[in-house]
Amino acid sequence: MIYINTFLHEIYKIIFLLLPVLVSVALIVWLDRRVWAFVQKRRGPNVVGPLGLLQTLADALKYIFKEIIIPASADKIMFILAPIITLTLSLIAWAVIPFSKGIVLSNINVGILYLFAVSSLGVYGIIIGGWASNSKYPFLGAIRSAAQMVSYEVSIGIIIINVLLCVGSLNLSQIVLAQKNVWFIFPLFPMFVVFFISILAETNRPPFDLPEAESELVAGYQTEYSGMMYAMFWLGEYANILLLCALGSILFLGGWLSPIDIYPFAIIPGPLWMIFKILFLFILISLVKAIVPRYRFDQLMRLGWKIFLPFSLLWVVLTASFLFFTDTLPIIK
Amino acid sequence: MMAHSLFFYLFSTITVFSAIMVTISRNTVYSVFFLILVFISISILFIMIGAEFLGMIMLIVYVGAVAVLFLFVVMMLNVTQQPIKFSKKKGIINNISVGLIVGIIIFLEIIIAVGGWKYRDGFIPLSSIDPYLNVSNTHALGNVLYTDYIHLFQISGMILLVAMIGAITLTFSRRENIKRQSYFRQIQRQRESSISLVEVESEKGVKIDD
Repeated sequence: MIYINTFLHEIYKIIFLLLPVLVSVALIVWLDRRVWAFVQKRRGPNVVGPLGLLQTLADALKYIFKEIIIPASADKIMFILAPIITLTLSLIAWAVIPFSKGIVLSNINVGILYLFAVSSLGVYGIIIGGWASNSKYPFLGAIRSAAQMVSYEVSIGIIIINVLLCVGSLNLSQIVLAQKNVWFIFPLFPMFVVFFISILAETNRPPFDLPEAESELVAGYQTEYSGMMYAMFWLGEYANILLLCALGSILFLGGWLSPIDIYPFAIIPGPLWMIFKILFLFILISLVKAIVPRYRFDQLMRLGWKIFLPFSLLWVVLTASFLFFTDTLPIIK
Repeated sequence: MMAHSLFFYLFSTITVFSAIMVTISRNTVYSVFFLILVFISISILFIMIGAEFLGMIMLIVYVGAVAVLFLFVVMMLNVTQQPIKFSKKKGIINNISVGLIVGIIIFLEIIIAVGGWKYRDGFIPLSSIDPYLNVSNTHALGNVLYTDYIHLFQISGMILLVAMIGAITLTFSRRENIKRQSYFRQIQRQRESSISLVEVESEKGVKIDD
């Protein structure tokens, strides 16, 4: 009986986390298109619902009622599995994101490692999808994305090490609480810039959307997908972008903490601050999509391996020596 | 406890099953997928015994990076649907004898390692460690790895570095006769050095040197 009760309680908590995430993914797609249109002096989606807010819902309905086409030469099991993997991985990572002190599904000790692991697993959905389609363009897209994501994970990992040196804990709530006096964006500003560019590459956003570059690869790994399976890829991709925005706001922008702890700011509850910060990062990402042209693949690799990796390694050395010589290294008793 | 052992048996069954499938599946790409499944379920087993740091590192390093590169290479090789070669009689004897020898050697090594380790002086069985000790295993590992074993740790890092440099020098070949993009030269290029007005003699043309 106790087992069943805890089980139901957990499911209830999970649903209350996942529903808002899925709804906000739908809204974020709308926001992305609006920002994109705003930069290009267009209107963007504005017909369905107030301000076009329900546009994504209409699109999703369309996808649900479309036929799922599985190519004859495709590997059926893997072909169906790929979008499921993408969506699941982008949703399970939300389990460790703290929205306020204590408002977190599971407050594990190695939270940041878990997030990093899940986001590095995200590449499998794309590789499997591209391979199982058994056609040229998806396969090229999959190969590109494998190379790209592995390269940029390295620099993200090293940036995370920078933050961890300042915190002394792998727990996400601890990381946020360590920024009580000063957000890490100020002492580690260059790392924030590198992190921001790396999450663009990690989520295959423009200007690094080479796995789905429409001018060369049709739609990359999604070419053969249709209907609900395409929608799952699409949902997973945006949930992943939101997730990395949340990670960025936890690592650098002080998570749920208000910028200054005085009257008008302090009464706004923590989760709202968190949402503001996620939205801020997301709007930056969609602005980048509108204003930056796509990179060439060798430029992308050069940026990852020859610039970001040495630079972030150098910064680790700088941070570590600064903390060591000023005697501010967080030491665990 | 009941649920714990239930999950343990579930995940270890998956591990063993997929380890077998790695070797017997006919499609090489499937083999790599099963290998990934092995890695994932082993990391789950790590987490179940409370070594959450090791489990997560296993996921990040093996599944997130090593297996992706494996998959990358295997997909590029284009050897899907290999017919099973050792179905011939001669092949069976050759393959199985080599496999048996390697297997026996590894088994003996494990016996020696485990046996010697168990009867070493100052051996502390895992069960005697206080489970409610208030140190997360990340801190515990770091305390040991960066103090007592720092030299071994750095030597293993050096070995990896040497292997990496070796692999790069073996495969690196600088191709001649191609135009290489140099960002600095592109940016530094001035109008004076790149544009010139030339009086062209008729029916002769100009020679462009690049």
